[in-house]
This record gives sequence, structure tokens and C-alpha cells, in this order.
Amino acid sequence: MAEPTIDAGAGPVALRRSPLAHLAERMRAAAVTGARGVTLTEWPFLTMVNLRVAPASEAAARIEKTLRTPLPRECGRTTTSGPHTVAWLGPDEWLVLSQAESTAVTAELRAALGGDPGSVVDVSANRTTLELSGPAARQVLEKGCPLDLHPRSFAPGRAVSTTVGPVAVLLWQVDDTPTYRLFPRSSFADYLARWLLDAMSEYRGPVNVIEC
Amino acid sequence: MLLISCPWCGPRDETEYHYGGQAHVPYPETPADLTDEQWAEYVFYRDNPKGHFAERWMHSLGCRRWFNVLRDTVSYDVLAVYRLDEPRPELPTLRDLHQTAEAAGGNR
Repeated sequence: MAEPTIDAGAGPVALRRSPLAHLAERMRAAAVTGARGVTLTEWPFLTMVNLRVAPASEAAARIEKTLRTPLPRECGRTTTSGPHTVAWLGPDEWLVLSQAESTAVTAELRAALGGDPGSVVDVSANRTTLELSGPAARQVLEKGCPLDLHPRSFAPGRAVSTTVGPVAVLLWQVDDTPTYRLFPRSSFADYLARWLLDAMSEYRGPVNVIEC
Repeated sequence: MLLISCPWCGPRDETEYHYGGQAHVPYPETPADLTDEQWAEYVFYRDNPKGHFAERWMHSLGCRRWFNVLRDTVSYDVLAVYRLDEPRPELPTLRDLHQTAEAAGGNR
């Protein structure tokens, strides 16, 4: 079979395939509605920039000015400004998630860092984004996440690196529905999506109430 | 399952961590002068105490930082967690506690 020829105008971006494009149909079909509803969707090609800089440095202050938001200084915290959300990855490491175009965000941050020690790397292709949403979303995650996701300790606006099943993810709670966004590595995304589809399947069945 | 408190991320399950062996093993000050036997001691020989043991752990599925844990190898209690730039905390060992108890006329 002949390789598809690259359209001269569109460039390589038109050729990219998201890590979960082959499961899009199954994810749509697996959606559960109602009081125990839960849906799974992929948000492909979200801009992600890994940022490393000493938190007390002038470079960090310049980057905060560029992003128009402070860098979170504590595990689990996120800060948001316009199209950007910054998640804490480590004491001197952050992940900038953005709706803006990746080369522009990377260039802006790199200019803010200047020649100071640190790094700004476009890692958009490193992970993909899965959105798990619905009243039963927390129960689905609790089947394989060691963290306490109860509202008393986890809430919208918090993002932590942890595991779901055996897969390492950055887990970010977006709202009270609850809606979670999971960021697994692209190569683990297929496994995680199938794991979640399996975990979701019980909620489409009838509710069995055991009388005691 | 151990519950270890990462100095940056707080308590997480053991499965999120990677074990790094004994802590506080300094690189030899004059490596050129070491005999083969001394090198072997430095590279391969580690303590195997019954009781308190300072060891290195890395939060590999979280913040990816190394830190030290003081753990009891008998009870598996995590006694203290401290960063690499902090000194090993002084805790009374089992033997100290035992002697104190004996001096007070206990443990008979």
C-alpha cells in the first residue's frame, strides 16, 4: 500500500493521529446516562509544556508574569489564567496545560526563562488527555486509584501525579460533576482507556439493592 | 503495604515509590587510594540491621524526588521521613527503650 502523500499546504499536523483515535467509537458507545452516568472522551493534542525552574528565582517571577498566574508551590495545587492551567509536578517542576498553540506557548516561556538555569520543553505528544465525567466517575476511579478522592480531601482545581490501575497518570479534577482529566503517557493510553471502559461497564446495568 | 509520607506530596502507597537501598553511604574521600577489598566494601556491602534502618526512596510515580526514610526492619514501621539535605533524626532504638525499661525494674 502506498504511503499517503503529504499535502503541501497542511503540513505534518494534518497527518497526526491521537493515541486513542481507534477507540473513539467504543468510548462514545460506552457512555452511561442517568443517576449513575459516566462518560469517557479523549481531548487530543492539548498543549503541554514541561517547565523546570528554581521556585525562588527571578526567572520564576518572569515566567509567572508571562503566564499571568503564580506557579503553584504545593503538591496538588493548580493555578489557571486564560487558556493556561499550571499543575504542580515537583518542587521545581510544573506542567503547563494550555488551549493555546504549543509552539507559541513554548517560545513565550523560553523567552521568559532567558539564559537562567531551567528548562522549557514542549511535551504535548508525551501524554494524551482522557476526560472521565458523570455522577459515577469517582466510583470508577476508586476501583484503581490509591488516593482518597472523597470531596473531604480532593476537590476541583486539584491535580496530582498518581496511578489509576497500573498506569501512572496526572489526575486533575475539573469540576463537581465530578469531571476528572487523566493524563497518561501516550503509549499507556490504550490500556488505560480499555481499563476505564471495563470499569464503567457495570454502571449501565440495573441497580441491585440488597435488602438486609 | 507501607504508607510512606513523601516530604513533598504527603502520604502515598508504597506502590508509588522506588526503593534505593541504604542511605548515608558516602563516596570515598580518596578513591584512588582504595584497595580492591575497600572498593568492594563500598560498592557491594551494606548493613542489614534488625531494627532501625535509614534507607533511600524515590517517589517515582509522583514528584520524582529522592528522600530518606527511617524504617524499622522488624515491625516495618516508617519512623521518620526526611529530605536528603537534612540529618538523620535521632530516635531512641529498641535497645535503648529496653534498657530504660530494665533500669526502671520493668520487663521481668
